[in-house]
Amino acid sequence: MSDREIMYRDALREALHEEMTRNPEVFVIGEGIAERGGSYKVTEGLLAEFGAKRVRDTPISEASMIGVGVGAAIAGARPVVEILYIDFAMLGMDQIVNQAAKFRLMTGGEGRVPFVLRTQGGTGGGVAAQHSQSLEALFYHIPGLRVVMPSTPYDAKGLLKYALRQPDPVMFLEHKHLYMTKGHVPDGEIIVEFGKADIKREGTDVTLIAWSNMIPRTLEAAEALAAEGISAEVLDPRTLVPLDREAVLKSVAKTNRCVIVQEAVRRGGVGSDIASIIQEEAFYDLDAPVTVLGGMNTPIPFNLALEQASVPQKENIVEVVKRVLHADLVA
Amino acid sequence: MTKKAVARRKQNVPPKELLQDLFTTAYKIRNFESEGIKLYRQGLIRGYFHPYLGEEGIATGACAALEDRDYIASTHRGHGHCIARGASIDGMVAELLQKRTGYCKGYGGSMHIADITQNNLGANGIVGAGTPLGVGAALANQVRGSDAVTITFTTDGATNNGTFLEALNLAAIWDLNFILIIENNQYAVSTTIEESTREPDLYKRGLAIGVDSVQIDGNDSLLVYQTVSDAVEKCRAGKGPVLIEAKTFRHSGHHVNDPGKYMPEERLAYYKARDPVDRARENLITMGGMSAEEVRKIEEAIEKEFADAVEAAKNAGEITVEEFREFVSEY
Ligand SMILES: Cc1ncc(C[n+]2csc(CCOP(=O)(O)OP(=O)(O)O)c2C)c(N)n1
Ligand SMILES: [Mg+2]
Repeated sequence: MSDREIMYRDALREALHEEMTRNPEVFVIGEGIAERGGSYKVTEGLLAEFGAKRVRDTPISEASMIGVGVGAAIAGARPVVEILYIDFAMLGMDQIVNQAAKFRLMTGGEGRVPFVLRTQGGTGGGVAAQHSQSLEALFYHIPGLRVVMPSTPYDAKGLLKYALRQPDPVMFLEHKHLYMTKGHVPDGEIIVEFGKADIKREGTDVTLIAWSNMIPRTLEAAEALAAEGISAEVLDPRTLVPLDREAVLKSVAKTNRCVIVQEAVRRGGVGSDIASIIQEEAFYDLDAPVTVLGGMNTPIPFNLALEQASVPQKENIVEVVKRVLHADLVA
Repeated sequence: MTKKAVARRKQNVPPKELLQDLFTTAYKIRNFESEGIKLYRQGLIRGYFHPYLGEEGIATGACAALEDRDYIASTHRGHGHCIARGASIDGMVAELLQKRTGYCKGYGGSMHIADITQNNLGANGIVGAGTPLGVGAALANQVRGSDAVTITFTTDGATNNGTFLEALNLAAIWDLNFILIIENNQYAVSTTIEESTREPDLYKRGLAIGVDSVQIDGNDSLLVYQTVSDAVEKCRAGKGPVLIEAKTFRHSGHHVNDPGKYMPEERLAYYKARDPVDRARENLITMGGMSAEEVRKIEEAIEKEFADAVEAAKNAGEITVEEFREFVSEY
């Protein structure tokens, strides 16, 4: 029972199911999410369970789907808007950036926007430049938004449930490669609060910070490094906003070295910001420069080899960590 | 405001109480805008100020047809909607003077003014954004089984933004209790409606997607009231949404610093001869049987209320930087 393993998409569905059962104000809208159950099967079965009022298909109207979600949230409901690809959320940027993120401040704190936008990003599967982006930095940059990027089924479920109980607009960013991955999710209620990092692997020589699909890849790299006698700690912030600075600084104080691995393009990314926080607040804990291993500054190409070259692979992570530890010279 | 919309409309002569309501609201807006402009000129108000002068009939008539449980979403020209919905002049003046006693504690200002507790989704600095927001509120109410109606006030300029069609279409396919009122003042800043579209009868756009749509004289608050009352009744009977194009004209430039020289004299004279406040006053005297002296007493009370609000606001404090830092500490 307690070692139950389920898929990421099932964990998300459980979270929706449980929160919809618990709170009649929770409802979901999106393209093909009702009868069809969504492109990633996250909403499968919800229509039969909760009816057409609370599980509804939309036309291809992203700007207004997002806007409608924001409006419903302002009116006190708990909408979950599913946008097929994060790339398509760009059509609704006004509603996210200028409406959802600003409303609380503009109303002096009187108004809240408990809006959840679920979408997925990242590379994989050759879906090319307009369906492969990692755009968390755009939202990270906008004060007023919560940016959530679960890497495991457990986190996906716990964070989505928390998202549906807290009062602010949440960009809930899933990864297209994670839906079918399995992980431990115990039966019963689990809640993962925002702003609490999770150490996915303990280590002493270097802190590897990663999120979303870079977590499984970084864990593989850590395993390979262990075989060479390097002990890497893998820290998953789980939510980029709010960011668990304390956990980051604590881990860096322990290992004295840090590599940040992000799938998003290197330039202007969240990794750069985390690196700047570390150098400002933990400079004297460091034995080596903080290094950001990011994606290339490029739209994602269709070609498989080029696609893979665009984002950090296990080998790249291993190589960069060794460089930071000067292990490449020792060998 | 007590609203017994249906009963009133069945009578041929509108009751005095309604006529007095309409005049009072219209005059409140007129006074707020003309006195507000003076405060602006004295340097007491910063930023943008888009006067609703000449358009008062629309917000006045429309909001009078609503009940407390209903919702509105407004525009950048939003003082009138906020007043008509029943906001206190105190809270509004204080907001324009950026005081902590303002509706948004001075965080919002003219373009974001709202009394959230009156189900007002707020004025909006983004042209057209209120349409999906309003549809969202209508959706929230449908999901929670409420018969509340949402009015979005929008503008001629917003009809050429994609969300106009997207959002109205969503309201239509979901049979939402949604009323979209286009305040067609025939200008977007200096651009005429004829320059912006080949079909300046904007209500026809609703017909194209199967939405009940009408065009009315927006300077006749009584007609607006009756039309919106019909639309509200239709919505509550499950026959929404409704699109209402209310034709009107600004008495001033686009905002306080726009002299509006591009507005042809004759056209302005035509609309000034059909001034919505004068017509509401006229109705109250001729149909309501109120004496000119009694009417003047109402006006004086409104003028005093505003002057008192200015005094109170001048004496009120502002949110401190420390409070502000605390307020956004988790952003
Ligand atoms: C999306 C967007 N584009 C442009 C503007 C700048 N702007 C503010 S008001 C305005 C004209 C609006 O005209 P209309 O929509 O007809 O409303 P009106 O001012 O006539 O009430 C413009 C272009 C804006 N605020 N938002
Ligand atoms: Mg206009």
